[in-house]
Amino acid sequence: MENLNLFIRSIFIDNMIFAYFLGMCSFLAVSKNVKTAFGLGVAVTFVLIVALPITWCINEYILQPGALSWLGEEYASADLSFLGLIMFIAVIAALVQMLEMVIEKYSPSLYNSLGIFLPLIAVNCAILGAVLFMQQREFSNAWTATVYGAGSGIGWLLAITCLAAIRERLSYSQVPKPLRGIGITFIITGLMGIAFMSFLGIKL
Amino acid sequence: MSLKKTFLPLINPLSKDNPVIVQVLGICSALAVTAKMEPAIVMTISVTAVLAFANVIISLLRKTIPNSIRIIVQLLVVAALVVIVDQVLKAYNYEVSKALSVFIGLIITNCIIMGRLEAFALNNRPWPSFLDGIGNGLGYGIILIIVSFFRELFGSGTLMGYQIFPQWWYDAGYMNNGMMILPPMALIVVACIIWVHRIKNKDLQE
Repeated sequence: MENLNLFIRSIFIDNMIFAYFLGMCSFLAVSKNVKTAFGLGVAVTFVLIVALPITWCINEYILQPGALSWLGEEYASADLSFLGLIMFIAVIAALVQMLEMVIEKYSPSLYNSLGIFLPLIAVNCAILGAVLFMQQREFSNAWTATVYGAGSGIGWLLAITCLAAIRERLSYSQVPKPLRGIGITFIITGLMGIAFMSFLGIKL
Repeated sequence: MSLKKTFLPLINPLSKDNPVIVQVLGICSALAVTAKMEPAIVMTISVTAVLAFANVIISLLRKTIPNSIRIIVQLLVVAALVVIVDQVLKAYNYEVSKALSVFIGLIITNCIIMGRLEAFALNNRPWPSFLDGIGNGLGYGIILIIVSFFRELFGSGTLMGYQIFPQWWYDAGYMNNGMMILPPMALIVVACIIWVHRIKNKDLQE
């Protein structure tokens, strides 16, 4: 029950885009049409689902103060938490590299449409952000971390697909010239954020 | 003329080629840390320092990095620099470090840094790369400071923590706009900056 609660919360209330502004760069750049946006969203969700349990284990068994005690008495006082950022980013970068090879092999059309943004998932703030939030919230087991990853990923997917759909429609409307392109996209994202805030305070 | 050319990488990103509102990079942190001015200024300094030194290091290594693994090398260099910044902040300014929470760590994935490393440092010598780093860091900082100025002034009636609006305004019925503190307003403030900037620079309009 608690996990279901966390799952729904991380999709709607703690949405990566609208509550924390993470993953904005690719969110704004790849949201020109729905199909590509959806593909990128799925890729990000996948990386999140795989990355969170792995980084949870790294944090629990290597990085936390006293985490190395399973190695023996003399390691029990070691505190490697300052290495966190480097370890996490290395795991994420390696995962993205693997994902890139898999997509290239099994779905060349998606590979071509994502282009440069596929390797750039490695520097998508949503992923490192979710990992750091996971570390901050001190989840009790790897399963909870996976659920959190899945929820954040689906929230991101939902957001980018919605924005892409709105932007497709927007090309038919009369926007003041200096606001065209990126300016109006910012305003729409802001309005969507305000709309998502109505989920605040929902208790599950 | 040659002097001007040397400093072009320093001046261009301030307005014409601004990383946030023209190149649309590094939005995440630009929006999330701007509810108050002080964290915004600390963030500017951190990003500028990381960007300048990462640019110099990658520029020095540019002939030895194999193309296929360059993203991982760049990430590791940036991550090491960010760890240093994080530790320094924790030691000397713990309150701000707490307020910025994960966003210091997220400098690693700040698109400005990766963008400048890819676009500039890999093809240029260390000195211009250093200037480019400083310039882009400051260009990013200008936007952060403008956004946080408006958000803090109208959201809490303070600047840098000092009360600006006098008490009798509040007695007369003035109220802080709670909306400005909330994240979505940051996007709308940035959109207004883009609007004004593009009215001035017609060649950027789409």
